[in-house]
Amino acid sequence: MERLIQCMADNVVSPLGLDSAANYESVKAGKSGLSRYGSMGNVRTPFTLSRMDRGVLDDACRSLGIPTDRYTFFEKMLLASSVQAVENAGIDASSPRVLFVVSTTKGNVSLLGEAQDFPRERVLLGVAARQVSDYFGNPNSPLVVCNACISGVCAQIEAMRAIRSGRYDCAVVVGADEQSPFIISGFLSFKAISDDFCRPFDSERRGLNLGECAATVVLKAADSVPDGCWQLVAGAIRNDANHISGPSRTGEGSYLALKEMLRFCTPDDLAFVNVHGTATAYNDEMESIALSRAGLSDVPVTGLKGYYGHTMGAAGIMESVLSMYAVKDHTVLATRGFARQGTSCPVSVSPELRRTDGRQFIKLLSGFGGCNAALLYRLNGLW
Amino acid sequence: MEKEFSYVILDSGRAVVNGRSLEHEQTGNAMLAELYRAHIGDWPKFFKMDTLSKAGFVASELLFKETGETRCGQDEFTAHRAVVLFGTTASLCADTNYQETISDRDNYYPSPALFVYTLPNIVTGEIAIRGHFRGETSFYVVERPDAAQMAFHIACAFDDDVTDSVLAGWVDSRRNDDFQTFFTLVERGALEGLEDRIRTIMNNLNI
Repeated sequence: MERLIQCMADNVVSPLGLDSAANYESVKAGKSGLSRYGSMGNVRTPFTLSRMDRGVLDDACRSLGIPTDRYTFFEKMLLASSVQAVENAGIDASSPRVLFVVSTTKGNVSLLGEAQDFPRERVLLGVAARQVSDYFGNPNSPLVVCNACISGVCAQIEAMRAIRSGRYDCAVVVGADEQSPFIISGFLSFKAISDDFCRPFDSERRGLNLGECAATVVLKAADSVPDGCWQLVAGAIRNDANHISGPSRTGEGSYLALKEMLRFCTPDDLAFVNVHGTATAYNDEMESIALSRAGLSDVPVTGLKGYYGHTMGAAGIMESVLSMYAVKDHTVLATRGFARQGTSCPVSVSPELRRTDGRQFIKLLSGFGGCNAALLYRLNGLW
Repeated sequence: MEKEFSYVILDSGRAVVNGRSLEHEQTGNAMLAELYRAHIGDWPKFFKMDTLSKAGFVASELLFKETGETRCGQDEFTAHRAVVLFGTTASLCADTNYQETISDRDNYYPSPALFVYTLPNIVTGEIAIRGHFRGETSFYVVERPDAAQMAFHIACAFDDDVTDSVLAGWVDSRRNDDFQTFFTLVERGALEGLEDRIRTIMNNLNI
């Protein structure tokens, strides 16, 4: 019998809250973590960012018993989120049957640009991830998924596969990124950043905002998933094979990933598709084409970048967690920043909360390197 | 008869295809350019790539040349090929190069052409574009080279029903002119002995 994958626990640490429920309530109430900044370090161009307060994070770590001087900001984000999720899941994370999967794009890269209080080898993502698995006393070598902006979805897919294989019973999937001058200057050089609040799918959209967040899901093997619990049903990663820094004009990879998910559900089953929705001209246009080609034009679409910015390594996980809370709450979250349709293929996006009785959702992401990924979560039974 | 497995090893001073050394006069990045001119030659995008992508691209091309594959992914088989790569240093070389462009306030010149390569999965995209592979592309960062860990995650890629073959490999580059890479092609149903095969190749590569 094939092992099913159940989501046992979750956590989101962000400027909007220190656990998933607090984050969900903030987003439902329309709050955003985004603020305008004039500069950061050598970056002298204005930008808009959702930034985690360092003091708040340190306080959260102290209350969780995480020593704040031993870890970098990035590692503290990973720990503050995963410690809470592991506790809620009630698993023994020191077991060799548990795999740690870390999702990040740049990890501790800011150590390259700062006077270093930490050993230089901590810029290596495997070494940074080991800080987390060591904290829990886990004996396995952690896996770091580094697939640009789709990492958080890929990390859940790889965790699912690792559990299905029978080698592991459980996986702690945690993602985060720190927004330093390194990343901000890079996206500015691409002219991909808006200095104003981002406007996903809107006709006036002018680029993305970046954001800081950490998020965790704890996935576990199950013979059957109990009523009212979440099952990770399927996931797929596909490449556009088109361009390393521009999305495909035909939405090829996203379309193929969506099509794969539709082998496991029908459009009518879906509460919504939670899209990438970065609010760059190219990304949102590409997603609208992919959704249309996949026959999902009438399915509600929702994007969370207006609340969090683009949280990179955390995005695929945090956006999955918020989607789970929304489905349980019979809600399609509002797409903050959207006012008027601005893509060539119409999609069902709204600045208002909508009601849904669907019990499944697709999480879609795309990223540099031409990569795209989708996964399908299902809420089991009656609720 | 047991199928012969093809592999390619490249490091800063060595190019080996199935145990056979390729001739070259240069080392480091100049060797990659020399190999490109001698064996590939029809993909000028090569010259825009960073060291990690150049090494991965050349190694994958040499492998396909050896296996006699017609590229293009027009047939269903290669269209559904996955590219799954591993490394420990990821984009550290590109990161260090990019950091230099933003460290000095009076000499601040961040470039998108450099920044894009600070994502290590770009090399998987470069290979997918060249081969028209529209399957999965994944880059995993691990603490150290570990044949068992790599074989396990390569096998996991076949959990996706459409994946018929995986172009698998190791790519690392700490600094310009310093790289280690190997590539091999894994077909569905041919996973037996994969871990030993990877271990043998890695011993040969001295990683």
